[in-house]
Amino acid sequence: MTDTAGRQSPSSRERWLLGSLARTPDLDAWLALRAGRVIVRTGKAELGQGIRTALVAVAADELAVDPGLIDIEGPATGSSPNEGITAGSGSIEQGAMAVRQACAHARRALVARAADHLGVPAAELSCADGSVRSSDGRAVSYWELVAEAGFGVTIDGAAATVAPRERRWTGRGLPRVDLPAKIRGEPVFVHDLGAVTRSRDVAADDNRPHTVRHARVVRPGWIEHALTEPADPEALAAAVRRVLGVPIDIVVDGSFVAVVADREGNAVLAADVVRERLRWRDPPPGPDAPADPQRMVAAVESSVLVDEGTATEADPGPPLSHRDAATALSATYAKPFLLHGSIGPSSAVARYDGGRLEVWTHSQGVEPLRPAVAEALGLPVEAVTVRHVDGAGCYGHNGADDAAFDAALVAVHRPGPAVKVQWSRADEHRLEPASPAMTVALSAGLDEHGRLRSWNHDVYSYSHGSRPFPMGPERSGLLAAWSQADARRRPGSQPRGGFHSGAHRNADPLYDVGDRRIAAHFVGGCPIRTSSTRSLGAFANVFAIESFMDELAHAAGVPPDRFRALHLTNRRAVEVIDAAVELAGGLTAPGGVDAPGRGLAFARYENVKAYVAVVAEAAVDARTGAIRLQRAWIAADAGEVIDPGGLANQLEGGFVQAASWTLREELTVENGHVTCTDWDSYPILRFSEVPRVETRLLHRPDQRVLGAAEAVTGPTPAAIANAVFQATGARLRQLPLSPKRVLAALDALVDSPNP
Amino acid sequence: MGVTVRVNEIEHEVAAHERSPLLWVLRGELNCASAKYGCGAEQCGACCVLVDGMPAFSCSITAGEASGRDVTTLEGLVADGRAAPVVEAMVARDAGQCGYCLPGIVVTLTALQERSAAPTADDVVRALDDHLCRCGSQPRILAAAYAALGIADD
Repeated sequence: MTDTAGRQSPSSRERWLLGSLARTPDLDAWLALRAGRVIVRTGKAELGQGIRTALVAVAADELAVDPGLIDIEGPATGSSPNEGITAGSGSIEQGAMAVRQACAHARRALVARAADHLGVPAAELSCADGSVRSSDGRAVSYWELVAEAGFGVTIDGAAATVAPRERRWTGRGLPRVDLPAKIRGEPVFVHDLGAVTRSRDVAADDNRPHTVRHARVVRPGWIEHALTEPADPEALAAAVRRVLGVPIDIVVDGSFVAVVADREGNAVLAADVVRERLRWRDPPPGPDAPADPQRMVAAVESSVLVDEGTATEADPGPPLSHRDAATALSATYAKPFLLHGSIGPSSAVARYDGGRLEVWTHSQGVEPLRPAVAEALGLPVEAVTVRHVDGAGCYGHNGADDAAFDAALVAVHRPGPAVKVQWSRADEHRLEPASPAMTVALSAGLDEHGRLRSWNHDVYSYSHGSRPFPMGPERSGLLAAWSQADARRRPGSQPRGGFHSGAHRNADPLYDVGDRRIAAHFVGGCPIRTSSTRSLGAFANVFAIESFMDELAHAAGVPPDRFRALHLTNRRAVEVIDAAVELAGGLTAPGGVDAPGRGLAFARYENVKAYVAVVAEAAVDARTGAIRLQRAWIAADAGEVIDPGGLANQLEGGFVQAASWTLREELTVENGHVTCTDWDSYPILRFSEVPRVETRLLHRPDQRVLGAAEAVTGPTPAAIANAVFQATGARLRQLPLSPKRVLAALDALVDSPNP
Repeated sequence: MGVTVRVNEIEHEVAAHERSPLLWVLRGELNCASAKYGCGAEQCGACCVLVDGMPAFSCSITAGEASGRDVTTLEGLVADGRAAPVVEAMVARDAGQCGYCLPGIVVTLTALQERSAAPTADDVVRALDDHLCRCGSQPRILAAAYAALGIADD
């Protein structure tokens, strides 16, 4: 419904308040008009996904102001709305929609005040260029209408938002507001705090330190570590002075040892000297091959039924038998442990004045981090402020929170000027929480017409959740808390319940598969810490489902796109598949018998977010087993598109990252700890291995915004594996698709030509 | 203790340990934070600067080794306009996501543009293979590089 002023009345759905607005209904917490500028406060962090740009576009449209007048602040505890963790493809779906609502309420309030001010009914007023205007040509600026004191308005969800056709910036896209400074190398990352003494980018109002002392924490390569004998800070400092001739400060707290220096180079060199002089107890032994599918199936601790995407408390019972099926198929798929693998190892800055602790971090969740830090230090939560500063891309729960607590712990030991902690590459590889290994066993029955009649999905996984949050005085999710003198216990890992929340994310296929039984099995005895990594369980589940759909299509003798469409009642799902196939120019590559293969895969993220279909084209070198990824085509339906450029960037990047996981990556674990320490022992895709990627967005301006940042991650491995199958006839079900596995699969084809 | 380094055409006497990697001297002493720490082992390219005009990894060259040589950081290349074609092409395409790897990439591409009369797409890919990008922005970065270096993107 649109009124005469082009406003869209809220439907009952829109009137429902987003969770973060219900938690923070005070408009002044979200928005301020100050000195001719609009300040938008957000609880969503810029992780490289471009949220700041999207928020500028949304606010510019909703308030009818120039995007150049809008500043985005936050997240910071105590001064920006609490929007939880920036994760789960929720920045646009939740963060931008909350700002849209907040701005709509601001506009409504401005118009009401202007009506009083100008003596004109509100219905005869319009907004443009930061002013409310009457039809007789008079205008009053927003900044005249709302003083510094603010709006004093409660967000009730009833303010009308701007109609789609009135939007100038959303849906068309704005260049990234933060990227030019990053391209020019300006000091905008938390890693850069204190690196540059006079930075023009440093905001004056968030109290960022301009000079820092540099700390390095000295650790072995496993997470729960203890020194064989107490470290002597004076002896260690004397050794550093003797070897390097530089002054050094050594902080020891139990088995937590840090070196602190004014010059960063000295801290780096001193850490090496100290490392040679510390002796650690052996790590607790772990299973030999924790990612091995047979080991995982054998080490199940608990199993639950997944119903409508939600983990229940019910026993899953035995698998469906498929005994009435004309054809029954079964297959098992697996993924190894993976790294988030940020290019910038984690870093943080902290300052303690004896009473108040301030932390600057690239954490995805300043709100849960704040009480977690306070608890582990025994400080009142009110004494702690945690502010987000941009970091290198994290793709989930990496070392960011741990580095923040490292800095806080050093700062509390050394009150005064700020302390910066920088993890090394080896620290990040060995200590960050990894993406858990997973195994997925599927079976299905087809009737005589090639229609699915029954479906079993058994997903086996280690934990996807170990983020820090308040856990009471005994336990902590923060690395250094396990080795400080007043040590906290590392919490045991638990399966996650809820809707598409962890291992069972996207375990429930969107297809009409007949009878279905979805079971989530929690595997125990994980030797390393694992946690949320882009798309969580969806990567393995969609890899398995979409590879299996390809196998079933071949068994049914139906083209893969047609086979999917036969089992979909969701029109948008079919349209996105058709769009990807059309963009690729079909599912057969030109080139005759030596042509590369093309593979298709599709998923709707969490069955309620964005729809994505991928076609990948891959050539296989039968001599070396190397897979050459040549082209990829992505089609996506994310409902209303706020920022087309940002969405395409996320989809392309998500594809390339997942392709790297698929083709190259495997975190090796031996004797209970990670053995990869750098990019040679854990290679990722390089420029020469990245294919051309084309993306088509299905714009649906009248539809609800759907989260999309992780939506391509699941389909990618299946599209590639399906392409390898088309090229070679070999079906690869275990990631990564290494040359060794490809050669073994090709050899097996020769032995048994009808797989 | 003390090293003399010439950075962006200015000679600096810095109180750094001669064994300190050049990276930390640039960042901490000379206001050149464009050089990022990524791996410390010449594997990712985030710390790339020019040494005597050639791309080099500042994480692995010591301050002592850099002494007496001509070091140019992205700050220098931006200040005198040499990086402008590459920077403008990347800005125009939003060629990046988190942006942490980009300064090193701009340095490498600027050097390629300056020392090669007619670089090819293969030259670009070979040069960029020294750089890692974890966000998966390689397709856009390549498109920007081809545009900046006048290479037909087909």
